[in-house]
Amino acid sequence: MSERYEKLAARIYERFGEQMRRIPSTCGELTYELDKDDLTEIATALRNEGDFGFEMLMDVCGVDYLSYGSDEWTTNEATDSGYSRGVDRQPVILDEADEFDARRFAVVYHLLSLQHNMRMRLRVFTGTSNPPIIHSVVDIWNGANWFEREVFDLYGILFDGHPDLRRILTDYGFIGHPFRKDFPLMGNVEVSYDADEGRVVYKPVSIEPRTLVPRVIRDDNRYAADLKDANDG
Amino acid sequence: MAEIQSYTMNFGPQHPAAHGVLRLVLEIEGETIQKADPHVGLLHRATEKLAESKPFNQSIGYMDRLDYVSMMCNEHAYVMAIEKLLGVQVPERAQYIRVMFDEITRILNHLMWLGAHGLDIGAMTMFLYCFREREDLMDTYEAVSGTRMHATYYRPGGVYRDLPDFMPKYQESKFRNQKELDRMNANREGSLLDFVDSFCDRFPGCVDEYETLLTDNRIWKQRTVNIGVVSPDRAMQLGFSGPMLRGSGVEWDLRKKQPYDVYDRLDFDIPVGVNGDCYDRYLVRVEEMRQSNRIIKQCVAWLRDNPGPVIADDHKITPPKRIEMKDDMESLIHHFKLFTEGYCVPEGEAYAAVEHPKGEFGIYIVSDGANKPYRVKIRAPGFAHLSAMSEMVEGHMLADVVAVIGTQDIVFGEVDR
Repeated sequence: MSERYEKLAARIYERFGEQMRRIPSTCGELTYELDKDDLTEIATALRNEGDFGFEMLMDVCGVDYLSYGSDEWTTNEATDSGYSRGVDRQPVILDEADEFDARRFAVVYHLLSLQHNMRMRLRVFTGTSNPPIIHSVVDIWNGANWFEREVFDLYGILFDGHPDLRRILTDYGFIGHPFRKDFPLMGNVEVSYDADEGRVVYKPVSIEPRTLVPRVIRDDNRYAADLKDANDG
Repeated sequence: MAEIQSYTMNFGPQHPAAHGVLRLVLEIEGETIQKADPHVGLLHRATEKLAESKPFNQSIGYMDRLDYVSMMCNEHAYVMAIEKLLGVQVPERAQYIRVMFDEITRILNHLMWLGAHGLDIGAMTMFLYCFREREDLMDTYEAVSGTRMHATYYRPGGVYRDLPDFMPKYQESKFRNQKELDRMNANREGSLLDFVDSFCDRFPGCVDEYETLLTDNRIWKQRTVNIGVVSPDRAMQLGFSGPMLRGSGVEWDLRKKQPYDVYDRLDFDIPVGVNGDCYDRYLVRVEEMRQSNRIIKQCVAWLRDNPGPVIADDHKITPPKRIEMKDDMESLIHHFKLFTEGYCVPEGEAYAAVEHPKGEFGIYIVSDGANKPYRVKIRAPGFAHLSAMSEMVEGHMLADVVAVIGTQDIVFGEVDR
């Protein structure tokens, strides 16, 4: 982490105190977590106050933390049944739950300051409500418009105060939010042309899901902070 | 007599000037645009979701297919994000190779843009001229990676292999006589670097040719001057980047301001526009081609003098040499593990951005320590630009919509992802 960023972090701490919680980074980037109620106030300050001057919002990104940190590889019974059947798939959790885990959906904002030549990242969890809802930043950075529409489309996160919250990437009349972790990779429906009816029809998918390479998490001591050589960064 | 009411017109998705599958719903009064509502997503392939289901290296090929006219720049952002998380050091020679190919890619992209933009607003010859030069650059892609477009050449830790010391040649056929063949193969006798060098000597003359056709052309100016004007403040508000931002007079280029790889050691200038209209953005991009040419020349000179490794030596991440695998057990194990399971990336998150020909192309990766990314987000410059479409065309004529689509340099591979 360079000196300039440490200075920015100090200024942020001075201005916002515990409202913005710094997340340690392994690669020299500045990440903050904040409560969703503080978002509008903090974003406005970060944009307008000369100390920060983040006049550009580069990206808005939704993240679904449902299966964070879980792998899907069982070794015991897999040998006689082959790779894809050895995979321990995540159970499907339907979205009909009344409440989500408070740390399931997050919206990540990437800010850029041209005048100070700095970047930072804000992460805001959307809380337990179903559907998740968060305040829009379109008024602060007009470029957020489509990015928020995309997050709404893919994750079903609502943006309060957005002027035109429609789906953007998926098909007209699409059902579900495809980037949620409980949405299957191959989707729920397939389309084909029905010659008898003379139109395109939707049917449930007919192909089996398969995994070519299972997801594994290995303990790698090379990246353990307390075991790292003192001199390598 | 009845007043003409405003009406709605559908433009695309199958329209030659829509640069792919853009559907625009235009509200028009007479021939003046009141509102444009772009409908995107017709090319949505869920690249980000697919990347979540594959080991890191297997998604490099998907990156080529995002902005499919600037393939290697997309790869560059992706491998940089992984390198950031892994903390790998990239050998110097690999960095020069990457920079050289990034700039070749920039010329490829701008040639494609210039040709298509010209064709859209009536300059047919440009398309033919630009594709003539693109062909040579495609051949450099082919020589280095084996494919003309979707190279999959960059790897976390370097590039897949060193530059070849020969160029593929045109073959004999009944349509070409020997004399013609010798002429076509004249600059292909030496190595790839010789070929790139000869291209660089020739290319500024080609750009002069394009400029003779367009820069002072009355029709060209009528179609572009004062069309789609964006003020610097609005450009920043709307999240513009790259030539769209520089065309509005904001001096911002990641290659200078946040240099990655070896850009800080190279000598080049950043062109900046004044008025923020289509004509200024045209001038900015044409000058960028000249500057890219300068960068390529410097890279060629350096690469000639400095042989060395082109990929990091850490075999937990990069595959060992074939020859080592033949009699070294450990190399064999490394190879097997890498190509079956891949490598695990430490938990954390990283955002890596490159100055892509179209703007800031960023990759945000969240890793939970697995061999697959937990979340990949692609920040496509075209997405932000297209979202400002309505604002840019408001009050202009219908024909200017085509000029604005052209000046935004939209490619749907990256907008729809």
